[in-house]
Amino acid sequence: MMELMTTAFATALLAGAVTAGVPLLLAGLGEQMSQKSGVLNIGLEGMMLAGAYAAFVAALGTGDPWWGFAAGMVAGMGIAALMALLAVCLGLNQIVIGIALLLGVEGATAILHHLAFATTYPRLPPAPSWALPGLSHLPVVGPALFDRSPVVYAAVALVAVMVWIDRRTGFGLSLRAAGEHPSALDAAGGSVVRTRVAAVLAAGAGAGLGGAFMVIVGAGIFVPFMTNGAGFIAIVLAMLARGRPLMVLCGALLFGACLSATTALQVAGIDAPTDVVQMLPFAAVLLVLAIFGQGGALPAALGEAWTRGNPLGK
Amino acid sequence: MTHPVYADATPLVSLAGIRKSYGAVRALDDVDVDFRAGEVHVLLGENGAGKSTLAAILAGVQQPDGGRILLDGTERRIASPRDAMDSGIGVVFQHAQLVPSLSLVDNIALGGPWWQTPQRARIAQRMREADARIGGTGRLDPFARAGALSLGERQRAQIVRALMRDSRLLVLDEPTSMLTPEAAADLVRLMRRLADDAARPLGIVFVTHRLDEALDCGDRITVLRGGRKAGELRPGADMTRDTARDTLLGMMFSGGLAQAPTIAASLPAASAAPVLEVQRLSIADADPPLRDVTLTVRAGEIVGIAGIDGNGQRELAEALAGQRPFDAGDILLCGASVRGLGVAARYKRGLRYASDDRHGEGTVSALSIGLNLLIKRIGDAPFWRGGMEKLAAVDAHARQAIEAFDIRAQGPRTLAGHLSGGNLQKVMLARELDGAARAIVFAKPTHGLDVRSAAACHARIRAAAAAGLAVVLISTDLDEIVALSQQIVVMAGGRIVARIPGGEGAHAAVGRAISRSEDLSAGGLQDRSFGEAS
Amino acid sequence: MTGRFIRLVAAPLLLALGLTACMLALMGVDPLAYFGLVVQRGLLSPSGLQAAITRMAPLLLVAASLILAFRAGIWNLGGDGQYLLGAVIAAAIAPALAGMMPHWLAWLVCFAAAAVTGAVWSLLPAWLRARRGVNEVVSSLMMSFLGLSLANVLIKFVFQDPGTTVPQTVTLPVADRLPRIGDGLLGGAVSSGVLVGLLAVLLVHGVMTRTAFGLRLRIVGANARAAVHAGLDVPRLTMVVFGLSAGLAGLAGAVDVLGIQGNVRAGWNPAYGLMVVPLVFLARFNGFAAIVFVFLFSVLSVGGESAARRLGVPNYVTLVTVAILLIGLAVGEALDRRRRATKAATA
Repeated sequence: MMELMTTAFATALLAGAVTAGVPLLLAGLGEQMSQKSGVLNIGLEGMMLAGAYAAFVAALGTGDPWWGFAAGMVAGMGIAALMALLAVCLGLNQIVIGIALLLGVEGATAILHHLAFATTYPRLPPAPSWALPGLSHLPVVGPALFDRSPVVYAAVALVAVMVWIDRRTGFGLSLRAAGEHPSALDAAGGSVVRTRVAAVLAAGAGAGLGGAFMVIVGAGIFVPFMTNGAGFIAIVLAMLARGRPLMVLCGALLFGACLSATTALQVAGIDAPTDVVQMLPFAAVLLVLAIFGQGGALPAALGEAWTRGNPLGK
Repeated sequence: MTHPVYADATPLVSLAGIRKSYGAVRALDDVDVDFRAGEVHVLLGENGAGKSTLAAILAGVQQPDGGRILLDGTERRIASPRDAMDSGIGVVFQHAQLVPSLSLVDNIALGGPWWQTPQRARIAQRMREADARIGGTGRLDPFARAGALSLGERQRAQIVRALMRDSRLLVLDEPTSMLTPEAAADLVRLMRRLADDAARPLGIVFVTHRLDEALDCGDRITVLRGGRKAGELRPGADMTRDTARDTLLGMMFSGGLAQAPTIAASLPAASAAPVLEVQRLSIADADPPLRDVTLTVRAGEIVGIAGIDGNGQRELAEALAGQRPFDAGDILLCGASVRGLGVAARYKRGLRYASDDRHGEGTVSALSIGLNLLIKRIGDAPFWRGGMEKLAAVDAHARQAIEAFDIRAQGPRTLAGHLSGGNLQKVMLARELDGAARAIVFAKPTHGLDVRSAAACHARIRAAAAAGLAVVLISTDLDEIVALSQQIVVMAGGRIVARIPGGEGAHAAVGRAISRSEDLSAGGLQDRSFGEAS
Repeated sequence: MTGRFIRLVAAPLLLALGLTACMLALMGVDPLAYFGLVVQRGLLSPSGLQAAITRMAPLLLVAASLILAFRAGIWNLGGDGQYLLGAVIAAAIAPALAGMMPHWLAWLVCFAAAAVTGAVWSLLPAWLRARRGVNEVVSSLMMSFLGLSLANVLIKFVFQDPGTTVPQTVTLPVADRLPRIGDGLLGGAVSSGVLVGLLAVLLVHGVMTRTAFGLRLRIVGANARAAVHAGLDVPRLTMVVFGLSAGLAGLAGAVDVLGIQGNVRAGWNPAYGLMVVPLVFLARFNGFAAIVFVFLFSVLSVGGESAARRLGVPNYVTLVTVAILLIGLAVGEALDRRRRATKAATA
């Protein structure tokens, strides 16, 4: 009996960590790219929420979760396009625009939800999962990790893609330069604006996909304000990861585990207070910061609009 | 020196009637210049003459308000640095345009197609080839982080990058301003070689404010003054160096200010008691660490500190001002130690420091002139009472300073950010010379100032000494040091490596000491990369 | 001048209203009726105006908190956590204190306790920034999340009202709350907390612009190297600014609880910090402008809620209007800056 409880607990914890962590991972990877390029994308939460709503509508309408994921991604990119236009192309204050977009999306999705679903509260069918042959029958990790939505595998693969982009592509170099020394990128013949726009759009795609995942794989239903701070956690993750995609993955799983620990504990028959458990990751990270924290990890030009300079080279 | 073969060919780049304004300031006014292959073309002028703006237009960083740009005889627009690059114009910027955290190879790969994997090995190979072409001997490590390189190495990397991109016109914006005399001479030789290269003769645009450099290497010298072209000169066999020099001086200063002071004027001999004494001052936590610096400055005396930038001068000045703690030794003001006193306390006792970084450190651009004059004694009466600002007192104080120091501003509440460099310098001098000043450190006081402001500033420094202050003058400008100081010390690697009395012969002696120190000293020296070209 | 007014204020406002109107029309609601109700209920009707002014109280204190920090160059984005913890502490001790001492003293003790709580909650990010150079955006945001959870823990396990199963603190009787003011004009229904808020904003504005202390902070915020050059103790000032800013945020929570809410329920988080950040930016950290923006926002949100109820639309319309307004104001300012730059160039 005890044995069974422990297995059930471990499975629930791991599965929950993945379910809660993948949206953080997707949004966090996108945000990391945006931060690398010098744009502090405070509106990430809005992009997630837009993605969640669009995914819900599309998946419900077509009955096909893949259309949901696609719509989520596109919606996230749509909000990101606004961010790029206003904060990158026009050079408006990134924090003001980010918060404005978040508020706007919160309001808009809540209104749309109210108009369309407030009386019916439809649910999505469970999302399809792909069992990886051989691995999915392993105890605990099998059902938790290897019998999941393909998006889970894709999100993990995305970490490798991000590392590859950083190390092996011209775009990776441009990203670093745009965040650290934009005029050097300009002088080298690259485009700061294009690089940053691309990075913000990527953040929007990641966040939108993350929001879609929340709805389609996680909740199965859209609730106004359902992202509930996940976007901000993703921003923090991206900042703490110091440019390393793998650290975003670790952080996302850690946070995901804590977010889902309560449910897992309930499965194990322990009634742990949600709030205490949810404090754990923040407390852990702050402890790490307090003990090992050093400054200067963020790109030099983060948060600053760029225009081709007045004094040569400054 | 000139190459008749190329001299009459179509210019690589022609600028015709170029105009550019920043706000109300005319940076360039109807300027015509031609740049040709095989020619080293010097753009000569004082700070603010418009040279850097012209370079920025060639680089595609600035767009002219009017005028035409012809590339190989065809009118074109250089809309961006990418355009400039594609047109064969390579630029070596004054502030190196390299991303500090990336390797040189990655910096060179920067701007390539976004989807492509940088061919690092190939780029490194081509870099070594290009480096060899300009006489390098493998000193440039293609995989070194750009941020870890010296200024000279970064410059070299930029030249290599321009060559690798098949630039035909190489623009160098004030490349020698931070180099040692030797390194500068090497760079000049390198420019010569690139222009003379029989297979691929480059056009070189060399921006400088140093007349002798211009004469040393210019096939053609265009003088800019106040945004206008003051004249053009081709120093050749038919002209002695002195004639050319006089002609250029006439163009640069329209006769009036040509008299650059060369030897320290007859200042009163220092016989008074020591005011400022630095005793075996050491700071371990600095780059380079300061070791055993000893100095004595008497009332009415100017002690010059010469040396290449970054050899401990800033650390010394900051330690004197109280901005930086020191590990060993002591600083005495009128015989009393100031160790343990903060900036404000030292300021109050008369130990002052006019920083070389007027915008970044010396003033706060968002504050008025009045408050900038008081930032080292915030909270003091009569400007504050009970912590409350007394605007009338602040304004009155500022008006006096504006009057006494001839600060050109609308009034005491004009923001410092709206002032020109010269006027900002006056605000700082007014603050540091205010009240009971006894000893003052000037760090590169005329750096970046136009010739008139510089002259005014020199007069202030002389006047301060004449009034009995002990003056420390830190400068990288040898002429300035020699012109003003009765005693000169040379700093290198955080130490004082030579002490030379001012006056006749000091110029050569100090120059030699700086060059020698380059070879002797270990850490903290910046510019070795040009040291062994050809 | 009129051109600038149009660009900076009128055009963004019309844009926001116009787009909101379109949205309402699409929802099948008469925009004119909606806006009429917003103005009527938020501004013209006594009860609406009272509600709007009452709502300003915590917002003004948050604005004061942010102005202080932002002017000193400190990005204290942990206001929500500081606010909520201040609110919980005030809610926890107020009912007990109210029986033990005169009201004014009880309020003062609550204010002080809440302010200290907020300040304590900023110690870690402040210390990290001052001594270790750790970016305070991350650390203060994390402390905020931590604070939100801690507030819930406190409510559920420490300060839970034994008289109810709902997780909330003991409700402060209306008689013990902050007195209501504005007898003549406003019908005596405005919480006096708004006076605390106004006082705080004006005080912060005055301190920042007219005192030696404020000048030191402004120098630190504008140019940290100049601050060192001028001999200012930047780490100490950083700690002080963080403490004061977070204290004001905590005080805002107390004022909200003592004046309006009466108790704190678990899960309650008004997230004022996030709302006020853009308002303070648009006010360019100017106290007077911040008061105007906060007032407009309060009117809009109170009127919007009321109109939404009446017309059967969700009251999230206000969020959208505010978002468009923010973007419009930011764009207007950017265009104005650009225009003045080109004007200067051609002059």
